[in-house]
Amino acid sequence: MAIQLRSAAELDKMYRAGQAVHEVLNALRAQVKPGMTTMDLEEIAVGLIARWPGKAAFKGYRGYPCVLCTSVNSEIVHGIPSPKRKLREGDIVSIDFGMEVDGYYADSAVTVPVGKIRPELQKLLDVTRESLDRAIEKMRPGNRLGDVGHAVQSWVEQNGFSVVREFVGHGIGTRMHDEPNLPNYGEPGRGARLQEGMVIAVEPMVNAGQPEIQMRGEWVAETADGSPSAHFEHTVAVTANGPWILTRPREMTGPSW
Amino acid sequence: MAKQFEDKNKGGDKGDSGNPKEDAIEVMATVLEPLPNAMFRVELENKHKVLAHVSGKMRKNFIRILAGDKVAVELSPYDLTRGRIVYRYK
Repeated sequence: MAIQLRSAAELDKMYRAGQAVHEVLNALRAQVKPGMTTMDLEEIAVGLIARWPGKAAFKGYRGYPCVLCTSVNSEIVHGIPSPKRKLREGDIVSIDFGMEVDGYYADSAVTVPVGKIRPELQKLLDVTRESLDRAIEKMRPGNRLGDVGHAVQSWVEQNGFSVVREFVGHGIGTRMHDEPNLPNYGEPGRGARLQEGMVIAVEPMVNAGQPEIQMRGEWVAETADGSPSAHFEHTVAVTANGPWILTRPREMTGPSW
Repeated sequence: MAKQFEDKNKGGDKGDSGNPKEDAIEVMATVLEPLPNAMFRVELENKHKVLAHVSGKMRKNFIRILAGDKVAVELSPYDLTRGRIVYRYK
């Protein structure tokens, strides 16, 4: 299937889904404290979701058991919430959440410090978040997917970190994962051209050490060298006036997280 | 949720395009001796001796090859000791 272009009405529906996702993630990240377990976050999320129309997107997707992905330190993505996983001071945890409202999906993620963290970890978070901002800046009609991926890769590598290759951003709309694939690496000027109406989930995944990953079980991806990894994500629509971040309030400006 | 992806060309190249027909190396060689089944032992310019078979195109056009002929041989990137004779020089 080719890349779908969404109408203004569809974008509004996706914006509503995006707001729900944003509210849940915002509430969750304010509550992250040392001593909590990742299952605690899952339960809080389930409670919050009930207040919104629509349903969580991850649970049941290809058999995934929860509504959140909670990935701690060297876990990159798709960490499964567990009562045995306690968050400790100095950890970082990335929370990934998606919702389906009225038939349309939104997907977003944020990496949060647990208590006080070492300055190198803070730098990892800042650089990853900035790479997302730079990527979103490139989401304009006429630019290409490679421009976006290159923006992430060059900023990340300039700062001494590395970009995960095995997972990519993705088109999103009536399905959670859709065309096109948006790798967080690339050559400028290559790849499909961005057009008004495209909606893509941009999600840089950055390792402090080497880019290689290893799988732990069916779902969890972690860094091969044990270094920490950060992940930020927004669902972004390409419009004639530039990028529209559907997973945050329209009035909000400044860094995307 | 991130999408999993298997990229054949992860922003770097092993020097392999993935298509052995394009990656083949063509060299000049001299035919040493004929073997049964349209196979020949040939000697490359670097003195390496290689087992080569006659290509279908040459058989189709009834092109004969004898010991001592100079020929062009295509070597597979995956096995440098086997080749395909693709041309006979005058």
